[in-house]
Amino acid sequence: MSLSMATPAFLIERNLDRCIHCQVCVRQCANEAHGYDHEEQRVYSDDMRCVNCHRCVVLCPTRALSVRQFPLEFRANANWTAEVIHNIYLQAATGGILLTGMGNDRPYPIYWDHMLINASQVTNPSIDPLREPMELKTFLGRKPEKIVIENGRLKEALPPQLELELPVMFSAMSFGSISLNAMKSLALAAEAEGTYYNTGEGGLHKDLYPLGHRTIVQVASGRFGVHPDYLAAGAAIEIKIGQGAKPGIGGHLPGEKVGREVSETRMIPEGTDALSPAPHHDIYSIEDLRQLIYSLKEATNYSKPVSVKIAAVHNVAAIASGIARAGADIIAIDGYRGGTGATPLRTRDHVGIPIEFALAAVDSRLRDEGIRNQVSLVVAGSIRHSADIVKAVALGADAVYIGSAALIALGCHMCQKCYTGKCNWGIATQDPNLTKRLNPEIGAKRAANLLKAWKHEIKEMLGGMGINALESLRGNRLMLRGIGLTDRELNILGIKAAGE
Amino acid sequence: MVGNDGWARPWELQGNHRREGSKRIPSGCAIAGMINRKGRTMSGVDAIQSIALMHDRSNGLGGGFAAYGIYPEFPEHYAFHLFFDDHKAREQTESFLNQHFNIELGGPIPTRKVVGISGAPLIWRYFAKPKLEQLRVAEMKEDDFVVNMVMFINERLDGAYVFSSGKNMGAFKGVGYPEDIGEFYRLDEYRGYIWTAHGRFPTNTPGWWGGAHPFTLLDLSVVHNGEISSYGANRRFLEMFGYRCTLQTDTEVMTYIFDLLLRRQGLPLETAVKAVAAPFWSTIARMPQAQREVLTAIRTVYSSLLVNGPFSIVLGSSQGIMALNDRVKLRPLVAATKGDLLYVASEESAIREICPKPERVWSPRGGEPVIGMLEDAMPKAVPAPPVTVCHL
Repeated sequence: MSLSMATPAFLIERNLDRCIHCQVCVRQCANEAHGYDHEEQRVYSDDMRCVNCHRCVVLCPTRALSVRQFPLEFRANANWTAEVIHNIYLQAATGGILLTGMGNDRPYPIYWDHMLINASQVTNPSIDPLREPMELKTFLGRKPEKIVIENGRLKEALPPQLELELPVMFSAMSFGSISLNAMKSLALAAEAEGTYYNTGEGGLHKDLYPLGHRTIVQVASGRFGVHPDYLAAGAAIEIKIGQGAKPGIGGHLPGEKVGREVSETRMIPEGTDALSPAPHHDIYSIEDLRQLIYSLKEATNYSKPVSVKIAAVHNVAAIASGIARAGADIIAIDGYRGGTGATPLRTRDHVGIPIEFALAAVDSRLRDEGIRNQVSLVVAGSIRHSADIVKAVALGADAVYIGSAALIALGCHMCQKCYTGKCNWGIATQDPNLTKRLNPEIGAKRAANLLKAWKHEIKEMLGGMGINALESLRGNRLMLRGIGLTDRELNILGIKAAGE
Repeated sequence: MVGNDGWARPWELQGNHRREGSKRIPSGCAIAGMINRKGRTMSGVDAIQSIALMHDRSNGLGGGFAAYGIYPEFPEHYAFHLFFDDHKAREQTESFLNQHFNIELGGPIPTRKVVGISGAPLIWRYFAKPKLEQLRVAEMKEDDFVVNMVMFINERLDGAYVFSSGKNMGAFKGVGYPEDIGEFYRLDEYRGYIWTAHGRFPTNTPGWWGGAHPFTLLDLSVVHNGEISSYGANRRFLEMFGYRCTLQTDTEVMTYIFDLLLRRQGLPLETAVKAVAAPFWSTIARMPQAQREVLTAIRTVYSSLLVNGPFSIVLGSSQGIMALNDRVKLRPLVAATKGDLLYVASEESAIREICPKPERVWSPRGGEPVIGMLEDAMPKAVPAPPVTVCHL
């Protein structure tokens, strides 16, 4: 065994004037960064174990704790940064792939922040959402080219649609990657606010069947928990081809997270690894996808919209066009900043493209081909606030998925250690001592509050533009102007520069 | 600039001769419309007088009229009204037209000199029918063929612009105050059973006559007051159906929306109105089930055709007129009736100017159409848009 070259990432600062050695921090830290010395009757810390999740800081009754970057520095080098060096030490010691959680944290340009929203002045009036109706209702699903009315009635019923009271849904997060309490929180919030949550690839826990009408049930490459009742329970079915945090690779839920409940829900033996293959092994091409889409429609008697989720990759516009033609009712696109419970670091940080470009390219391509109205577009991959949503809709999205933002509402502190299963906030863990920290009713309230707040903000911005229904913003790129973008970037986004 | 006689008049050159469409220009406006539901015709004097009263709602940068029933001697011919920049453009266009149409009669539209109107392009008119062999080659219905030809001329033939293409109807428009435009086109000499009028207040200085209103396609005409906040959404939806919005004006978009819904998709006028000025979801929720289903379907399928932001429009067709406000009524619109006559205008005074004692005057609610259709089936020039409602 060679010398370990690991050094702490974070420094735990304990104010000894304030610390009363009550051991709250010791009990709260699943990483065992805090300990209690019974002989000396005092609390101590081990910086090496700290992941900077703030659990101890937030719960410390005397505000004695703080955490910051460990001050140790290498000789300044713009190329060989501390992170690069540390990762090499780690791989040299283990021979393994670097793992991480949550989304891409590299300083790539954030194109949302290079777009500005319009408002009305003089030539048309802005609308005050506190005084006038302001509509965010959105339908997701296949739309026919026209309707036919006979004797005042619809000649043919519309294809099945998801009805959203605001254009935001909770993104796919599986039972296994997150706790049952986290799932319940999101499901209840979706019910309260008139939107949907997504099971991810982990099946639907029996406790959540009563909320099936708020559930998008996913069918992924591992087919975990997929059976007729599962398909029948959901409001829509989503075929997961890929996700933004790990385009092109499969998933791996380690056996230690597969306890009795997860095992039952996923229909796999307890304690076994849940391995999702990189591709669906019955989908090697677009015509295969069509077969799966129609198999699922047949299985559910054409009563539910079928969504296909892909990661935003270079050729996303052509792929999306193929998916629309293959019969999908909804296309969900996950950008390269999308989060995850576990992903290889290099894949997360270097594969895929920004959701802003993917969305603009897909919307434009589908319009060029005259099929945009046949499918709904849902985008994901780091929607951080209501202005991102307004911009996404103006670029052409019907709705957005939020994952990271929803978990942050539940208490996630973005420590990026989801893959360790030691989430001190009770979210990305199956440890009953940790999951009980998240009360699903309180979680639901917080997630619902986030949606409510964003709903108000979206209405304010819509009214400012003189628009009182969200659909009038959809694809209305005249409502956006670019700032600090090249001509080519403006061109891809299909927007003008500020001042034009 | 070239006069109607074809001689260059450089002293009339104005600042901006580019066609409209290079950028988007919001406008405020005055609109007016009237129909005799018995189909009796009236001269253009009333329409001019009505729109003239609202002088201050326009700023001299655009005015125009649409009139129906004015060419009873050519009821089956498409009456093409064209602007040409010069005679070269005219000759080129005429040879194109001759290739595809049998032209019964062609020539300059009579005008008179009016103080305040300058910089007029060549303004010609042709009564024509598509050549049967061309229809066969194109494998198109007649109306689609004509629309395609109009689009082709407007996009591809430099210096030529078709601003009216219906049967037994015509648009007359230009840069100037509407009353001066009416005088210029000698509209007092025409008689029609429907007149619509427009005075424009653009927030920019477009110098191009084609940009004035009404905007027309086949026998559909639209005069419009407003600035549509949903323009980008509406336009991009229409583009999927092959429309190209080259003028970047709200009126153009509005015309194409109704062309798509009424002519191409064959929807009833009421349904089209519900798409453009949709009832709120809270209203729909209170409707009986069958109606709720229809409205929900309209709002779901045609959500991108909801016209958002302030507008009032008068839609003209050979069968009648329809006046409509946006669903929260952010622009003025007044209607009045007297006998067989229905009047609509931006201001009540514009109606009383020509009809001092109307029997009924009202201000229609937002999203509530005022529909005035001809009572008898007049000899129909164009396969009529399948309008089914008569609301008066």
